[in-house]
Amino acid sequence: MSLNFNLEIISPDKKIFVGETSEIIIPGFEGYMTVLKEHIPFITFLRPGIIDGKNLSDQLFVEEGTVEFSKNKLLILSSTAIFLKELQKDKKDSLRQEAEKLLSSNNISDKQRYILSYKVDTLKQIN
Amino acid sequence: MPSLDDLKKRIKSVKSTQKITKAMKMVAAAKLKKAQESAENGRPYSEKVQNIILNLTKSINDPNNAPKLLIGTGKDEVHLCVVMTADRGLCGGFNTNICKLAKKHFRKITKEGKKLKIITIGTKGYDQIKSEYGKYVIKKINFKNKKKLSFIEANEIGKVILRLYEQNEFDKCYIFFNSFKNVITQIPRSELIIPATSLSDLQSSKDKNTDYEETHSYEFEPEEDEILNELLPKNISVQILKAFLENAASEQGSRMTAMDNATRNAGDLVEKLTINYNRSRQASITKELIEIISGAESL
Repeated sequence: MSLNFNLEIISPDKKIFVGETSEIIIPGFEGYMTVLKEHIPFITFLRPGIIDGKNLSDQLFVEEGTVEFSKNKLLILSSTAIFLKELQKDKKDSLRQEAEKLLSSNNISDKQRYILSYKVDTLKQIN
Repeated sequence: MPSLDDLKKRIKSVKSTQKITKAMKMVAAAKLKKAQESAENGRPYSEKVQNIILNLTKSINDPNNAPKLLIGTGKDEVHLCVVMTADRGLCGGFNTNICKLAKKHFRKITKEGKKLKIITIGTKGYDQIKSEYGKYVIKKINFKNKKKLSFIEANEIGKVILRLYEQNEFDKCYIFFNSFKNVITQIPRSELIIPATSLSDLQSSKDKNTDYEETHSYEFEPEEDEILNELLPKNISVQILKAFLENAASEQGSRMTAMDNATRNAGDLVEKLTINYNRSRQASITKELIEIISGAESL
């Protein structure tokens, strides 16, 4: 039996990836999670992080997104998903600086702080 | 009867108009291809977001405590209408059709004694609405200097609407836009975006419990309320973006058809004028000949 399940990564202006994969790692809101076939149905958010999966041509950087898994179909909706190789260095740096600046200001909520710190960490990881 | 010179000038001017409309048609056709692509690419996203929300609403345990964006304020007194049109004219009935539909809706709600608030997006819509409903317009937005509308602009408008909603400025929000069917057909549509569903719908979907097992076995992380609270505002922006993209494609399609017609009409006109020109030229030649012949005969 095939261990593949359907994967769709969609952004508002295009379908980024449509196809099959056997394993995918997503930065869920409460931590990285690996999704395999026959996972129970779930709906969750993404925090800034990296999506990595088999059959994907490259890793993807996301800032936010919504994920739904049901009937062996994984759907990732994100308006910010971008392949790492398409992410230019200056854009990456400006994103990081912006996030760091926001992080150092005081009037942000804990939730924002949580998200921003992950954003900075992830952007630092990417080289 | 216009003189030969006059006819010549008319033919020339119609021909140059034809050149302009032809060029506009070509430009619209090129832009249409892009716009159509992004409209079609944008559809799955908005559909899927709505789908997820639908699945989420089915699993809400306490409908009375559901977020206001989902079930509404419980009142139906103030309607906010967002009329989305183009910033440019010369695109056939595109702007007029949206405004017609919107005005029909305005008439209906004012007749029912409800309050009306209008946001116009795009300058053409405001121009058409202001004479009759100008006093209801609370905000007018245009993106004249932007070439392409993206999620960022949609998000901006979404935020404006959400802020108004939080201040209890309205109970229901409709958007008016043209949905792109094909190059020749664009259908003006109105869509209710706030509330996303109504309390009665929620209850009835609960009562039916058609696929209870399926929808209730979802695992949520974080809690469903939190997800809904985050997803619903996003949904507004997504719906607006969808409307933007559909509108952009419709505008170009509409312009292309209109300019195609104009080019053809100009062609017909040129043909008619040319026949007229030739006839009067022939007439003048004949007249001159008769004059010469009768002059020679009299000698």
